[in-house]
Amino acid sequence: MRLLKLVPDDTNIPFLKWRNVAIWFSIALIAASIALVAIRGLNFGVDFAGGLMIEARFDKPVELDDLRATVNEAGAGDGNLQTFGDPRTVAIRLPLPEGDDAAVQAVVKQVQGKIEASNPDVEFRRVETVSGKVSNELIRDGALAMLLAMIGISIYIWFRFEWQFGVGALFALVHDVALTMGFFALTQLEFDLNTVAALLTIIGYSLNDTVVVYDRIRENLRKYRKMDMAEILNLSINETLSRTIVTSLSMIIALGTLVLLGGSVLFGFSVAMLLGIVIGTFSSIFVSAPLLLWLGVTPDSFIASEASAEDRLKAKKATERGQV
Amino acid sequence: MLDFPPWKIWGIALTMLLAAIVAAPNFLSEQQAASLPSPIPSRQLNLGLDLRGGSHILLEADPADVRKMRLEVLEEVVRQGLRDASGGAIPYMDLSVANGAVSFTVRNAGDVDRAVETMRGLSQPVGQLSAQRDIEVNLADSTRVSVRPSAAGITQETDRAMAQAVEVIRRRIDELGTREPTIIRQGQTRIVVQVPGLQEPEQLKALLGKTAKLEFKLVDTEADPAEAAQGRAPAGSQVVPNADGGVLVVKRRALITGDQLVDSQPSFQEGMPVVSFRFDGVGGKRFAKATQENVGKPFAIILDNQVISAPRINEPILGGSGIISGNFTTESANQLAILLRSGKLPVELKVIEERTVGPDLGADSIRAGAIASVLATVLVALFMLVTYGRFGIYSVVALLLNGLLIFAVMTLIGATLTLPGIAGFVLTIGAAVDANVLINERIREELRRGKALVQSIELGYKEASRAIFDANVTNVIAAVMMFWFGSGPIKGFAVVLIIGIITSVFTAVTVTRLLVSLWLRRARPQQLVL
Repeated sequence: MRLLKLVPDDTNIPFLKWRNVAIWFSIALIAASIALVAIRGLNFGVDFAGGLMIEARFDKPVELDDLRATVNEAGAGDGNLQTFGDPRTVAIRLPLPEGDDAAVQAVVKQVQGKIEASNPDVEFRRVETVSGKVSNELIRDGALAMLLAMIGISIYIWFRFEWQFGVGALFALVHDVALTMGFFALTQLEFDLNTVAALLTIIGYSLNDTVVVYDRIRENLRKYRKMDMAEILNLSINETLSRTIVTSLSMIIALGTLVLLGGSVLFGFSVAMLLGIVIGTFSSIFVSAPLLLWLGVTPDSFIASEASAEDRLKAKKATERGQV
Repeated sequence: MLDFPPWKIWGIALTMLLAAIVAAPNFLSEQQAASLPSPIPSRQLNLGLDLRGGSHILLEADPADVRKMRLEVLEEVVRQGLRDASGGAIPYMDLSVANGAVSFTVRNAGDVDRAVETMRGLSQPVGQLSAQRDIEVNLADSTRVSVRPSAAGITQETDRAMAQAVEVIRRRIDELGTREPTIIRQGQTRIVVQVPGLQEPEQLKALLGKTAKLEFKLVDTEADPAEAAQGRAPAGSQVVPNADGGVLVVKRRALITGDQLVDSQPSFQEGMPVVSFRFDGVGGKRFAKATQENVGKPFAIILDNQVISAPRINEPILGGSGIISGNFTTESANQLAILLRSGKLPVELKVIEERTVGPDLGADSIRAGAIASVLATVLVALFMLVTYGRFGIYSVVALLLNGLLIFAVMTLIGATLTLPGIAGFVLTIGAAVDANVLINERIREELRRGKALVQSIELGYKEASRAIFDANVTNVIAAVMMFWFGSGPIKGFAVVLIIGIITSVFTAVTVTRLLVSLWLRRARPQQLVL
């Protein structure tokens, strides 16, 4: 039986040749993403914006404009309507009314009544209300979780490798998160708690590729002490290329299935992860490895630290013998 | 590396068998699982509210409210303390609550020291070990004494009030007859209520949103109605809104409150829904005395600062029970009865977050999630097969065992499966094969370098394990942050991720290595298609 080989043996693609183009391309994308988020803004879901959300499912696709008029008739403020996964399901977002829970209930009843009057077959599947206080806390917690995860991972990489690798990992993480957020600003897909969970997952998984490449770079640095640094990086990326492609593809297969069949609630979440995996694969090849070159990693970075580790070990043994 | 002693083989086989037994009930219906004979575990995975449908409600007490309440109680305590001071009552004036403290002026300068001592004597220690007291007594000027609840005292009071609120809420929800409500205190001033499978959350929220403070107060018949309409009342009286939008002036002091109620039931009087109530012994006596002294006068029945009705006391009510009539429907009478018999909330609670998922959406989500999981597994398995052949089969076996293990561990620790959790499961399927890809690619490399088969396999496992370890640690760091900061469904997602990461390393590395070593031992192959 002949097995599928997506990447031929012993490739020697000069990835590092494009490093200047790649890094500027990356920086430009990050800048564009930040600008997009700043200018267009993220389409915050009810989790982060606060307010009231009613998910309604109709027996046939509905005209959003008609429905919007119906919702606005209820006099509860301007409704923000979006189809949700499929054209029959609509998420209606409204500002939270002043007053206590009874006021919220009244608004929900009124809006639902108006919609039911013109669409008797409607089914209300979900109602969420989030107060401004809670939404602010959710934003804070989400941002904090992402920040701490990025820093924590970078520190771990720094300990396991060298500081340059930690910085490279951090840059790759910022790159992946920024681009994914930029995508959400561009498409105005709803950005909610699930999206943050997806971003955190991306933070974890997009680094898998980076770690694998870094591990190989470390191995090759020890093996080929005389080799030019750019050549070592290139060799390492090429050697792990097959694995990078196969793993990314298997993740894309799994997440693609989720995007297509996972249902309306998970749609934004799956899209974010799928995109994050693709961006992460790109950044681990074109960004995080070349970055090591600029940060000045040399074969000596490892030999030096290992030599000192060996010295310490010898010294320790010596003292142990001395004590006995 | 590839040597497996028999105990290890049996250990792995036994682990998998146990996992299969623990996970098995999840594939049965609820009734089937419940009817399993006792030695076989029948526990099933908890489904989150987003999958089974239900309501998640976050309630919050206003800390200022607790402070205010504390001050009200303290005012009474101070008044009583001054009256009962040892060495005779201390004359005072201008007793008032302002700026978070109760203060009063001592009439005779000679009494100041005694007043301060008396006030200090009223304080209670906070906790058992600390030297903190629940109130601080200070002199504002030479004759004005201020009594201020300490921060520790307020904290203790808040704790007590919240613990009591949880109990009251539990009683109210139990009255609804819903099964398995979760009521948990969260942080200082919050309570999370989760009630699965509720068709009509409005009823639940109507019960949660009310403080249910019931008071019986005499109507102040001498008050000027025009003044009352402006919201002004004579000293010792207060203006309370009516159900029909008007107002009523009542005496500030309550004849009796709902605290002494022992029972309350909905009932009918002349065909109209009413609510009957019964006081305990002490309350009954007080009620009898109050009604005896005020025959012929109207009194108001006030719930949460709103008048329900204001009947005239026609004759003394001596039996300790009575009836509240008002504009009730059968439903609202029932609701009030529930509220009265489960007791009043010690603090006012506001709904600050609510998520209600209908049961149909939950069922749809489960179906979509299950289809996506199965299809993702099949596709990834096929991909592994065509890419790695025999070693692909081993990866697929590891993949399936991994799914089984995740189910087993989640069932065992009682974790909750949420919709994002299903996504986490699908993602784990895609990511779990990464370890195998790393190993297999490494073996390929070593074979290409001309190493012997067994040596290549050994090197493959050895060299790949470093990267596998590091990559998985980074994933765990991210997942732990998610668990730490996430709420509800997100926590569920993080749990699946963490479990999946750990089990996948076990199945993808240890189990496949066992399979490979068994094959090597049995077939003694000279070459491998990889």
